[in-house]
Amino acid sequence: MCVTCGCESGTVAHDHDHDHDHDHDHDHGAATTPGERGFGVLRPAVTRTVSLEQDLLAKNDRYAAGNRARFAESSVLALNLVSSPGSGKTTLLVETLRALTGRHPVAVIEGDQQTRLDADRIAATGAPVVQLNTGKGCHLDAHQVGHALASLAMPAGGVLFIENVGNLVCPASFDLGEAHKVVVLSVTEGDDKPLKYPDMFRAADLCLITKSDLLPYVPFDAARAADNARLVHPGLECLTLSSTTHQGFDAWLAWLERELHACTARAAPFAAHEARA
Amino acid sequence: MHEMSLMESVRDIVEDAARAHGARRVTTVRLRIGALSTVDAGALRFCFDVVMHDGVAEGAALEIETEPGAAWCWDCQVAVAVLAEGAGCPTCGGHRLQVTGGTDMRVKDIDLATEPELPTCA
Repeated sequence: MCVTCGCESGTVAHDHDHDHDHDHDHDHGAATTPGERGFGVLRPAVTRTVSLEQDLLAKNDRYAAGNRARFAESSVLALNLVSSPGSGKTTLLVETLRALTGRHPVAVIEGDQQTRLDADRIAATGAPVVQLNTGKGCHLDAHQVGHALASLAMPAGGVLFIENVGNLVCPASFDLGEAHKVVVLSVTEGDDKPLKYPDMFRAADLCLITKSDLLPYVPFDAARAADNARLVHPGLECLTLSSTTHQGFDAWLAWLERELHACTARAAPFAAHEARA
Repeated sequence: MHEMSLMESVRDIVEDAARAHGARRVTTVRLRIGALSTVDAGALRFCFDVVMHDGVAEGAALEIETEPGAAWCWDCQVAVAVLAEGAGCPTCGGHRLQVTGGTDMRVKDIDLATEPELPTCA
């Protein structure tokens, strides 16, 4: 930038009238380039490349690591439930909470764009719940979940369910600090959905095929859905169940018990270390 | 549209770097996006101008480099190149693939315009 008249740019046809005096010489009417005469009245900005190599999700991942450490401190099994809207996540949660009540501490973080309708359904089971509204946001992130934890008593030794915003794309990218993502696919959707939305099925550690009581009325093939899920995620565990009739529910509860046990076992050395410290 | 929030992360990274280096303007932002990552390069481009508006990188050029996809095929027992999501093993066509590369989403580097030193007329 020219230090006298403030004009921009490095190489400029310098042909305007000057109504000020110069105490040094330079050519008018000619382009002024950097370095000319050792100093130019017109100086270009200096451009340089700065290497950053920073992951776009680094900030979210730092918050997620913080959440994960808090879950480990309290031996909490945190599960991130993800699916399209309308797969039956909230109904599944309500029935699961009823089954776990009296056996394990539980808590729920509900994520929706708007309203606290889901939180009200969860609260009716007696489980502690916090509703997060993402507004225009299409997913929960680890920072939001960290804030929710501030107003929620940790279910020490139990399960924290995080019901993500109904969206089979975006929540796949965002780690919330959970032990596992659980993807929910209902039989009223297509059994080709794992192929169409592979990121989520790849990110998940368990696939629950819900509303199995409706299987006689829809063309959905549960075995084909599981095969498709395993095409994008070899070895993915898939369970078929109904939250209405509780058909297949025992296998889901057994999975929860197994993971809770593994979570407590992982936390034991941590707790012993804390006790020594 | 999680590309919008990812682009907001790009903006935060770029603005922090510009501040740290005393730059008044960012002229180019280069990203490396994996062929098997969870973002769409086209959607990122769409968000760029909107998100960078009124910031230090307003008007900057966006360059996106693609990191090729790579995987281990459990059936062939070899490392293979995977062109795109769902493409399968290029040798056997199978899908028993363990992704080993191509999931990167990062700001590689940026070009900064810094304020030149004032000329001295001694």
